[in-house]
Amino acid sequence: MKKSFKIDVDCANCANLVEAEIKKIPGVKDACVVFMTQKMKIEFEEGADPDAVISQAMKAAKKVEPDFCILD
Amino acid sequence: MNDRQKKMLARIVAAAVLTAALALLPDIGVLPLGGIGKGIIYYLAVYVLIGHDILRKAFLGIKNKRVFDENFLMMVATAGAFALALYEKSGDYLEAIAVMLFYQTGEFFQSYAVGRSRRSISALMDIRPDYANLENPDGSIEKVDPDDVETGRIIVVQPGEKVPIDGVVEEGGSSLNTAALTGESLPREVKAGDVILSGSINLTGVLRVRTTAEFGESTVSKILELVEDSASHKSQSEDFITRFARIYTPAVCYAALALALLPPLVRLLIPGLDPLWSSWIYRALTFLVISCPCALVVSIPLSFFAGIGGASREGILVKGANILETLSKVRTVVMDKTGTLTLGVFEVSAMHDIHDELKTDEEEKKILIELATLAECASSHPISKSLRRAYGKEVDHGRISDIQELGGYGITACIDGRSVAVGNEKLMRRMGVEYCHCNTPGTIVHVAVDGKYGGHIVLGDVLKPHAAQAVEAMRRAGIRKTVMLTGDSRAVAEKVASELGIDSVCSELLPEGKVAKVEELMSAEGPKDKLAFVGDGINDAPVLSRADIGIAMGGAGSDAAIEAADIVLMDDDPRKIPTAIRISRKTLRIVRENIIIALGIKGICLILGAFGIANMWLAIFADVGVMIIAVLNAIRAMYIRSDSF
Repeated sequence: MKKSFKIDVDCANCANLVEAEIKKIPGVKDACVVFMTQKMKIEFEEGADPDAVISQAMKAAKKVEPDFCILD
Repeated sequence: MNDRQKKMLARIVAAAVLTAALALLPDIGVLPLGGIGKGIIYYLAVYVLIGHDILRKAFLGIKNKRVFDENFLMMVATAGAFALALYEKSGDYLEAIAVMLFYQTGEFFQSYAVGRSRRSISALMDIRPDYANLENPDGSIEKVDPDDVETGRIIVVQPGEKVPIDGVVEEGGSSLNTAALTGESLPREVKAGDVILSGSINLTGVLRVRTTAEFGESTVSKILELVEDSASHKSQSEDFITRFARIYTPAVCYAALALALLPPLVRLLIPGLDPLWSSWIYRALTFLVISCPCALVVSIPLSFFAGIGGASREGILVKGANILETLSKVRTVVMDKTGTLTLGVFEVSAMHDIHDELKTDEEEKKILIELATLAECASSHPISKSLRRAYGKEVDHGRISDIQELGGYGITACIDGRSVAVGNEKLMRRMGVEYCHCNTPGTIVHVAVDGKYGGHIVLGDVLKPHAAQAVEAMRRAGIRKTVMLTGDSRAVAEKVASELGIDSVCSELLPEGKVAKVEELMSAEGPKDKLAFVGDGINDAPVLSRADIGIAMGGAGSDAAIEAADIVLMDDDPRKIPTAIRISRKTLRIVRENIIIALGIKGICLILGAFGIANMWLAIFADVGVMIIAVLNAIRAMYIRSDSF
């Protein structure tokens, strides 16, 4: 399953760092954070609980970039 | 401007006013508590006002074991400047505040400029329809999310609205603006029965459309997905800079530490020399400010993004920054003939008699075309269609009987009581008709009546109107070699190639042969030179994916082409090939310029800083100024001259 989010991220470098962190989370098959389009795509592994994964992803992202947030 | 930017602007203005007030105050001692450390409390208050978020992020970074980011650099630089002023009892706290203030102004400007350009680039690509007018069985109309419309339902598209889903016009006529899909600025006329693609804009009349796909499968969704994903494919240059930034920032921090400690320690060892601690620490702090890597990190993806955005405005969809990078290195362009350089429709180009000389008698010509058309009237072959077009009248089926199709030979039939044979040379031999071999390249249709040779018709594939210009423009764009591949006969292929000015031709190829030929050409390339293959995507998907860069033409209709190609040209104008190449070259030139400008200016300033020539103000320019220059330069990639034809 794939999900796409609108995000707010401050700089290109932060987006790269956040992407690297989210890729490490168990249950995430692939992730992609794009500064230019302000979008994040997460591909979940089979059987992973998307909500749990997302909240973990947010935690990891905030650690690297405190201003990171998902819109709507 | 978003909320956060507005808040930031307010903080910058407030801090600037307060700083100016403090600087202009003749004696800070008159203020309450102003006597302590020459008014440090006031300066600190302004400092916290302007820099509290940087300080917070820097501390969070340390807590999360991520030191050495730019927040950390700024905190060390400004806190160091404060400490130095206290230690020297100079009361010169302004510099620390100014550094923070300018840094924040620069960040603000960057975020504003990047946001603006991002939005204007996204607007180029934004063809997403927001709603569809669904017609219910009772005739009422309901505004729904395009996602909720099933295939086969009727939607109504009003003038001025985007076509939300692919479909066929049931009722109504209008002209459509397809610029977002094809880059073609002339409106396209549509009437009942025509297929229309989502993403085009209805200009004049109301259309009732029966949908032929779901929204997710419609052209507009596929294009949006392609364009949005393009930003996630990173270029080598960007990878290089990301890796570079990863080692660069810590390296600069250690260099600054060394600059602050080593020279004074050495001076301590030499008797009679003052270690000059404060001067070296100041130099180290300047060093830190200069070194922020943000100009590079932001300007490179922005350049590519702008290049991709500019290309999509021209109807050229590029699947990623890495593709743009490879395209800029293309030296050889291999093109398929049919559908790429020619229209793929045949036209009668000449009629010859038994001596292979042009027929001049109009009446005879008319009869020749008529006989051939009538004999071929039951066939669905493209040749038969072309003949019918040349004939220009309705076929009277009553005149024809006994049609016999001889596969690989042609057709025999009885027309107006006469026996007519229409086909190739083999048919003529088989019928025992004395014929003449035609030396004109093209597809030849021989006609015999009652066992007597009547002449032959030459059908030629029609060149696209701008094909020759396109080949010429490719050469001007720096392409060294153009190659044409075709399954057609050598004579036809060579004629087309010489008309277009193409360097080399490979004819009579089977589809598998094209892959082998492209591989052969690729292995003949220099190690850094790349090869692009251009095809119409209908049966050349394997070649498209094998070439370094696969370019599919008129791709909006074909799934296989969108899958296999790296670049999709929305319309089938071959002039878009050189345009795409020029865009890629320009983008890469800008990327290189930015790397050189940023590293160059920073390098010079770092050296000046180390020797104590550069002060904080120059350092701020090296950081913020360079970034602004790089961002503005990056935006240039969005604009491409289209006047070169």
